[in-house]
Amino acid sequence: MHLMTPGRKVFLVLNYTLLIGIGLLCLLPIVHILAVSLSSKGAATTGAVKLWPIEFTWSSYEYVLNRPQFLASMWISVQRVLLGTAISMLLTLLTAYPLSKESSQFRFRTGYAWFFVFTTLFSGGLIPWYVTVRDTGLVDTLWALIIPNAVGVFNVILLLNFFRGLPKELEESCFIDGGSYWTSLWKIYAPLSLPSLATVTLFTMVGHWNSWFDGLILMNSPDNYPLSSYLQTVIVQEDLSHMNADQAAAMADVSNRTFKAAQIFVGSLPILVVYPFLQRYFVKGIVLGSVKG
Amino acid sequence: MVLPAVVIVLIYCYWPMVGIIMAFQKFDPFKGMLHSKWIGLDNFKYVFALPDTPHVIFNTIFIAAMKIVAGLVVPITIALLLNELRSELIKRGVQTLIYLPHFLSWVILGGIFIDILSPTTGIVNQLLGLFGIEPIFFLGSNAWFPYTLVVTDVWKEFGFSTIVYLAALTSIDPSLYEAATMDGASRWKQTWHVTLPGMLPIIILLATLSLGNVLNAGFDQVFNMYSPTVYESGDILDTLIYRIGLENAQYGVATAIGLFKSVVSLIFIVTSYSLASKFANYRIF
Repeated sequence: MHLMTPGRKVFLVLNYTLLIGIGLLCLLPIVHILAVSLSSKGAATTGAVKLWPIEFTWSSYEYVLNRPQFLASMWISVQRVLLGTAISMLLTLLTAYPLSKESSQFRFRTGYAWFFVFTTLFSGGLIPWYVTVRDTGLVDTLWALIIPNAVGVFNVILLLNFFRGLPKELEESCFIDGGSYWTSLWKIYAPLSLPSLATVTLFTMVGHWNSWFDGLILMNSPDNYPLSSYLQTVIVQEDLSHMNADQAAAMADVSNRTFKAAQIFVGSLPILVVYPFLQRYFVKGIVLGSVKG
Repeated sequence: MVLPAVVIVLIYCYWPMVGIIMAFQKFDPFKGMLHSKWIGLDNFKYVFALPDTPHVIFNTIFIAAMKIVAGLVVPITIALLLNELRSELIKRGVQTLIYLPHFLSWVILGGIFIDILSPTTGIVNQLLGLFGIEPIFFLGSNAWFPYTLVVTDVWKEFGFSTIVYLAALTSIDPSLYEAATMDGASRWKQTWHVTLPGMLPIIILLATLSLGNVLNAGFDQVFNMYSPTVYESGDILDTLIYRIGLENAQYGVATAIGLFKSVVSLIFIVTSYSLASKFANYRIF
């Protein structure tokens, strides 16, 4: 088909090299951190560790897992992910389904749709949002991390676009058999949207696991921090915030480098574990929802 | 069915919009919104008189604009290069690797970058040292910090944005390539005259939509990577709101900055949406 001119051969070799290099560039920082976390303190502080642990030891992980607060915040994160994803997904389904109907079936459809979309265009800002969450009494409870952001408008749009691609005849046959809108949603739309639902579910789970800022501002007591917020305070803040230039330069000699590396790795472990399963679905899920929708 | 979602959105999205009146008050958390002292535009006057404000606005736009441009150019280039690969295995492998960073949070990545960019133990500076380059304090130098933000942001997100362009590539009619080959067009010419025009609608769409982000320089990233040393070059509107509002408890002032940002962003977003629907025939739903 294509003539293999010498120029094209050179291009292909360079292209393969470049792209494989770029691919590795995305993985190597994580491999490096893993290697640091498994190395001895001495090797890490002298900067001898590259991509393979030097003087292999589990000690930093033992230290991490023996910190009661680490385990407590991990437990909060697990509850948050399970409960938060379940609630979010239920609300997303219940919102996307009616909004996927035509105005003839659901009279105020466009009004409701704009009601939701407007929140992605304009917001009251951080402070009024914080005050609202505080006034509804959620601060310092697990619910503060779940309820205020339970309706993901982008997920709703993704799912409603998917719903609209399904043939209407299926639902009509359901109505003829005496089914209601509820039966149609649970028996027809939900099962048929599994690829899209899987994508949105996994995005929601990852979002809950990664979310750190709400925990930081909505929890007065660090005992209630989810893991990401806890990690933010021990990995990032201890290093950089509240530091002048001299201290920042002295930061170069972090003595607890392996400890931090271990926490970084544990914090990203769930993502690294679900990622291989996740990425099979999401390419299809996103493309269906965004480009063709 | 929509009722539960409507209630939550009313409380947590629309009620805070009412809270914007704080921007015109000397807000006192103990008196609440209804009884705080009304001070008109004083908060806005205060904000614009702050010595930090001009460079914070500059930083925000500068960083956001660089991210928007790099966030378009890099994924398009990578998508084109990936499209040239004939080995499905390597193509899939590379794609899997480049999507990964998108799913890690800026807390994790902030931690990783603080480590690998450190001037002494950081592996990046050790590599540069091999070429005889003096260690660079990427996260602690005002000259380097904004560019470090852009490069690390592109590193995190380019793979994910590539998905959309790859999808656009697969939808180009293969007969166009056959016709071009018949006419004797080289691969380069085919890319230039078939592939790029085929991708143009989606490029225009994403470019116009990204205009709405011109005041979003990335709170999560900056907050996890900056330090007082680089406030001069790295402080953005969102981080300023955080420090004034939540660390100094000046609720009214922070709300005023937030309102300024929301209004300007809204104007940009509405403009970009109308441009997108005009030129790329785009509808949200």
